[in-house]
Amino acid sequence: MSIFATFHVAGSALSAQSLRLNAVASNLANVDSVVAANGKPYRAKQVVFAATPMGNGAAQGVRVQQVVEDSSPGRLVYDPRNPAADERGYVTMPNVNVVEEMTNMISAARSYQTNAEVMNTAKQLLLKTLALGQ
Amino acid sequence: MLSKLDRALFFQEQALTLRAARQQVLAGNIANADTPHYKARDFVFATALQRALSNRGSEAVRLATTSPRHLAGSGDVAPTAMLYRQPGQASADGNTVEMDVERSQLAENSIFYEAGLTFLSGQLRTLSSALQGQ
Repeated sequence: MSIFATFHVAGSALSAQSLRLNAVASNLANVDSVVAANGKPYRAKQVVFAATPMGNGAAQGVRVQQVVEDSSPGRLVYDPRNPAADERGYVTMPNVNVVEEMTNMISAARSYQTNAEVMNTAKQLLLKTLALGQ
Repeated sequence: MLSKLDRALFFQEQALTLRAARQQVLAGNIANADTPHYKARDFVFATALQRALSNRGSEAVRLATTSPRHLAGSGDVAPTAMLYRQPGQASADGNTVEMDVERSQLAENSIFYEAGLTFLSGQLRTLSSALQGQ
């Protein structure tokens, strides 16, 4: 029954978008983390989406293919008293772009909302189908 | 008698199956609104319905069998040729999903699905009142 597959498709988008939202939360939380687990400044994480076949028809769901680290250089802040400062007195801060992360967050939230609505529509149609002939 | 009942409901059944398939395709488009290089897909409902109605029984694809004990298979093939949607404004990452178009198509498809359900339940009511003969 292909309306059930609609749930799988929209559900895959929900989990992908929530992973993206997780990445945004991680990036915003670590906007000032000079030292990450590997001893270097934190690097912004971005998720990469890929379409994936789902159900028996032609519909495509979405999955997170990989989580990549942003390779752009970190911000340099002059703070000679910081223990992480180099010999010229500059501290390398994470390369998180707060404006980019905020727009990413809004986009992820809107996409999540839309997919939840698609799911709701599919549920209503299924319930009406179940009531057929009564 | 049963084949007559089947024939009476065949048209609406095919229409509903195709509407459900289209719902799944549109959900896939919405799910992949943020996937780079994803191309939005859709099919022409009228053509698909005509093909489904003309394929009835005889022309369905069967598996080749070399022994009478082999299963014939259900012969369930893709309902129709899947097309690509022409974008009005393609985005820079190669994605052609336009959320407003997809949402309006989804709403339209849901309404037609409900209309199909209404017609089908009307037919069922007519048939059952004929069967009861009161």
